[in-house]
Amino acid sequence: MDLEKQKKSSAYWKENLKYLSILLGIWFAVSYGAGILFKDALDSIKIGGFKLGFWFAQQGAIYVFVILIFVYVRLMNKLDEKYGYNED
Amino acid sequence: MGDAQVWTYVLVLLSFGLYIGIAIWSRASSTKEFYVAGGGVSPLANGMATAADWMSAASFISMAGIISFAGYDGSVYLMGWTGGYVLLALLLAPYLRKFGKFTVPDFIGERYYSKTARIVAVFCALIVSFTYVAGQMRGVGIVFSRYLEVDIETGVVIGMVIVLFYAVLGGMKGITYTQVAQYCVLIFAFMVPAIFISIQMTGNPVPQLGMGGTLSDGSGTYLLDKLDGLSTELGFAAYTDGSKSITDVFAITFALMAGTAGLPHVIVRFFTVKRVRDARKSAGLALLFIAILYTTAPAVAVFARTNLIETVSGKEYDKMPQWFKNWEATGLISHTDKNDDGKIQYVADAKANELTVDRDIMVLANPEIANLPAWVIGLIAAGGLAAALSTAAGLLLVISSSVSHDLIKNVIKPDLTESGELWAARISAAGAVVIAGYFGINPPGFVAAVVALAFGLAAASFFPAIILGIFYKKMNSSGAIAGMLAGISLMLFYMAKFKLGWIGELPPKEEWWFGISPEGFGTIAMLVNFMVALLVNRFTEDVPKEVQDIVENIRIPSGVGQAIEH
Repeated sequence: MDLEKQKKSSAYWKENLKYLSILLGIWFAVSYGAGILFKDALDSIKIGGFKLGFWFAQQGAIYVFVILIFVYVRLMNKLDEKYGYNED
Repeated sequence: MGDAQVWTYVLVLLSFGLYIGIAIWSRASSTKEFYVAGGGVSPLANGMATAADWMSAASFISMAGIISFAGYDGSVYLMGWTGGYVLLALLLAPYLRKFGKFTVPDFIGERYYSKTARIVAVFCALIVSFTYVAGQMRGVGIVFSRYLEVDIETGVVIGMVIVLFYAVLGGMKGITYTQVAQYCVLIFAFMVPAIFISIQMTGNPVPQLGMGGTLSDGSGTYLLDKLDGLSTELGFAAYTDGSKSITDVFAITFALMAGTAGLPHVIVRFFTVKRVRDARKSAGLALLFIAILYTTAPAVAVFARTNLIETVSGKEYDKMPQWFKNWEATGLISHTDKNDDGKIQYVADAKANELTVDRDIMVLANPEIANLPAWVIGLIAAGGLAAALSTAAGLLLVISSSVSHDLIKNVIKPDLTESGELWAARISAAGAVVIAGYFGINPPGFVAAVVALAFGLAAASFFPAIILGIFYKKMNSSGAIAGMLAGISLMLFYMAKFKLGWIGELPPKEEWWFGISPEGFGTIAMLVNFMVALLVNRFTEDVPKEVQDIVENIRIPSGVGQAIEH
């Protein structure tokens, strides 16, 4: 690989890693955070019949997981385009 | 024959006919079609196939029941088995697709430029897949025996013949398209009774909302509050609170997530799509399709638990409804009148409790408990079979490709021709079906216990090796091999000691390391794998330049298929 190409690919990789750390931060927060570590504290808040911590553990975390992947798909498709790595 | 049984026969036969039809239509004619369906599956089809592949008899039949009895503690399965897809989509699938080979040992073998690494990976893949598949064949047998009144053995054999037919003939291509059909069957079968019951209990047709809604009896009480009250009254923990320690809940959830992301039969599905962006998208779709069932299951658990307690607790045994008698005949519910008062005492205290309920009943008997029409009961049988067969087929493919591609073609006989390898793949698929069937009929006592631990094994072996392989360019072969061996042996040791009791007496919970159960220990074994790998890496060889180039290359999404030739 020549230098120019090398530079481009490492810039791409850096941006990718930045997205990953943000998205995985949210992934951790909704499941291990809201659903487990802070479950008891959140349970004092009620939404309808759900205690909030319990809701995150059995419903909310799963919804957020699905959204996270689709956000990732969008971000990466844009990033691929920016760096010319998209192919159709 | 009752109405329900006629419906069961009709629906099961129809769905089997469909699967066989699809298998004939989509036979594989090359090894590429056999291993990865030619690499041209659409993201939507792959998403559905992955969902069916993933959701086994355990997800369909047992999970809602387990949550029903565990309450909040059951959340580990819900979060663990879905959160793993986030890891898969973000950290593994796109890169493995770019790498573009056929199997997980392929990746390990090439990335770590070592036959030993490949063989270690094959060994791990076989252990993980066999423990898992035996449970599936057993599941098929159980569904047959309960609904169609044949022996479990006959049920397993029928299941074997069906799977043999489409896995051996169609390989990954046949499996993919039958799994699409199986997903549709199983999700329909799961949702219909759930929606009916949600309307009955809360007046809300969406089970996910009904679960948090008020009872439709006009009292204005929230369903969950009522269930918490009923549970504590009988001496159980409140439904929305757990009894497991936070450390253990944390560890189990993580082991299930990393295990999900490291399961070879799930990973291999992402080799079947065309481009890297398709791999990302199909991981999202797969989780969406899985989430439909996984967010409904906890609602079903709440409905079923409330229904059960209200129907039986403190009521006269003679006045139990018909479904109670039906399932008592199968041995899944049993009652001993310990205090001779003719009533059923269902309480947490084991000495006073008179009722034992098998957890599987919460899904299987749900339609009867809620008085749903006979066709719904038939639907549950067809759905359970779809779930078990689709997972079994996916696992069998991993086993056969590990043997034919990774062992025979790459290690034992590299000069094997394309058609020779295709035959080797078919023969090993057939062999794997027979072995799995044998374990389904004669389950060694430890199979059921071990299925849940397959995740721990996958987390302890593959997950770190693949992650390091992608994200750490300087990870070398000695480190990866040492890590995998350390992780899987530690996990096997912990299982043998604390779950199976093979080493001395089975120790009590108090002796668990760090208070972590065998189900959660995969997390610790995984950390050990990472540490050993990195440590050994420090003191051993540098990674060859061309391997570092491969890693550079898989990080870039364009140019799929040229990753290796570069």
